[in-house]
Amino acid sequence: MVNFCWFNLMPWPDLPDDFREKNRSVWVDIPNTLFDPERANAVYHEYMDQLEFAEELGFDGIGVNEHHQNGYGIMPSPNIIAAGLARRTSKAALCVIGNSIALYNPPIRVAEEFAMLDVISGGRLVAGFPVGTSMDTNFCYGQIPALTRDKYAEAHDLIRRAWSEEEPFAFDGKYNQLRYVNCWPKPIQKPRPPVYIPGGGSLETWDFCLDNDYNYSYLSFNGHKAGKKLMDGYWERVAERDVDDAPGRAAFAQIICVADNDAEAEKLYAEHLLYFFNRCLHVHPGFADAPGYRTVKTIKAGVLSQVRKENQKLFTNLTWKDLVEGGFVIAGGPDTVREQTETMIKDLRLGTIFALMHMGNMPDEKTRFSTQLFAEKVMPQLKNLWPDYTDDDRWWPKPLAGRVEPELGVAHARRPAIKPEAD
Amino acid sequence: MEAATVDKIRVTTRGGLEIDVEQRGSGPDLVWFHGLVGLAPTEPALDLLARTFTVHAPIWPGFGSIETEERIEDMLDFALLGWDIVDALALDTPIVVGHSFGAMIAAEMACLANRDLDELVLIAPYGLWRDDLPLPDPFAQLPFELTELFFADPEANATKLVDSGVDLGSDEGLAEFMVRNSRRLGTAGKIMFPIPNRRLSKRLYRLEVPTSIIMAGSDHLVVEGYGAAWAQAVPHAEVVTIEGAGHLINLEAPEVLATAITDLLHR
Repeated sequence: MVNFCWFNLMPWPDLPDDFREKNRSVWVDIPNTLFDPERANAVYHEYMDQLEFAEELGFDGIGVNEHHQNGYGIMPSPNIIAAGLARRTSKAALCVIGNSIALYNPPIRVAEEFAMLDVISGGRLVAGFPVGTSMDTNFCYGQIPALTRDKYAEAHDLIRRAWSEEEPFAFDGKYNQLRYVNCWPKPIQKPRPPVYIPGGGSLETWDFCLDNDYNYSYLSFNGHKAGKKLMDGYWERVAERDVDDAPGRAAFAQIICVADNDAEAEKLYAEHLLYFFNRCLHVHPGFADAPGYRTVKTIKAGVLSQVRKENQKLFTNLTWKDLVEGGFVIAGGPDTVREQTETMIKDLRLGTIFALMHMGNMPDEKTRFSTQLFAEKVMPQLKNLWPDYTDDDRWWPKPLAGRVEPELGVAHARRPAIKPEAD
Repeated sequence: MEAATVDKIRVTTRGGLEIDVEQRGSGPDLVWFHGLVGLAPTEPALDLLARTFTVHAPIWPGFGSIETEERIEDMLDFALLGWDIVDALALDTPIVVGHSFGAMIAAEMACLANRDLDELVLIAPYGLWRDDLPLPDPFAQLPFELTELFFADPEANATKLVDSGVDLGSDEGLAEFMVRNSRRLGTAGKIMFPIPNRRLSKRLYRLEVPTSIIMAGSDHLVVEGYGAAWAQAVPHAEVVTIEGAGHLINLEAPEVLATAITDLLHR
């Protein structure tokens, strides 16, 4: 069983053409005058409508995430979006990938809000626990870089205990001291909702996932070709640790665009993807990695050219050809997309695909067109690529059988009051 | 100028931490707590001070060959480590000199135990914050930007930051700088990120030892205006400004700095 989760990063769609030339970063210190609240009223609803549309078309999940102070994704609180979706959907998993748990004071807040989402949705929550980018965690939210991972680990332990303990308990942490932890409400899913850990390629993250039976999610925009090497490393670690290699242990984010044929895909989508790569990812390298946030090994593996003075105003203008050939994007007619997606799923051994189908400033009608073609002509043939794991739902929600399915219209909510009979 | 003979020793604090210390010179004991880039390959200012003092220059964990220390997490940990180092060196009421981030710690040490030191000198000190004059953020800089912030004349001085033979322009040199910078600023970030203010100002009333504050006139990090803030916070302090030098004044104007320190200490 392969799970397809339709994901919306919710980018700001109106970054000007000369955005890169005029601004050093799309994140942290982007001029907030570029955000137009009245325009955002339409943008938020459009993006949420698309997520609901994806459920309608049969996607297994719909996905949201958390980022701060940026034009890349206008979702500082994914829980607010997920709460809206919980009321207007009834089948799809709500994949909140996730809450940056080191940022919540105290993180019991995440235990509570995730429990609320799981309860309201009838057990449809997938709970993501990212460390968060350095931009978000350190520069926007002021967490001390060298202590971020330690604080994350403590927050994780607190949330897990809060969900599982049945008596109030005292938590004497380094960052959180709580005399009475008593999570109310608690999630429907037992022992807990499936947990997804978005991460880079560190051994520590892989072991953390395997120790706790969490899904490891590799979320980059470099595509499946570049992701192969890293996922191979993950599966090697799975083998070394002698745990089963169920595909459900791995998820991967991939930009996917479908049209009637390959040429049409370029015509329809190229400009919007280029908007994403050239503007939404324009992050000042000084914000990408606060000193102390990463390990020395990761720094050594980094790209040095980005930090050189002579390269600061040199922008690489990616072309459609670069994106498609490099595997950054799976794009084309349904046959092309199906073939490449199948290769990706098998090569990377994936149980969950975060399908990035709205990108950059892609207008609503194109997003829906691509999404519908994928749902009808690609997804059905790929659902059963892992016949040996058809019943393996360890990393996917198990909704309540008799859950309330909220009315999709407003009529039920607005029905007139009738005087009740006394018992 | 002739470089002093430097003894490199390793002490173990009573807290069980190993600390490398550079020692040079003879005379009254002076402990030098280095700033954001650690001890440079050559430290001419310390060589000059060694003519009058026994200079003990410990290297904070994370700034030299000893890795950053997980047990050192906050301002109190740093200040007590500072005193643990003084104890490990068996010094009795030494002169304490701190530079930059090291000055922030030295000031905190003096507030904690103001009878345990002879005199205090703070050079381009971090530790205060003015809402009307926010300091530049050293944590969001690319290597070339940081170099420009460190010196009044970066072109003439940048090479002093790296070990001899390593060129910042080469990939190898740049990678090495970034790794070191990440360790150093990662460690300093525990008390300086995101704002280098750990409420020292409310404890400065305890500072009763003779105190001198040396500002660098072309400091792009602890900028002009902070000298006045220190003068206000420590009314009995003597505040002097050395014109023409940047934040790493110890590398950019070592002679002037050493003379100023010696004069201020009335030796």
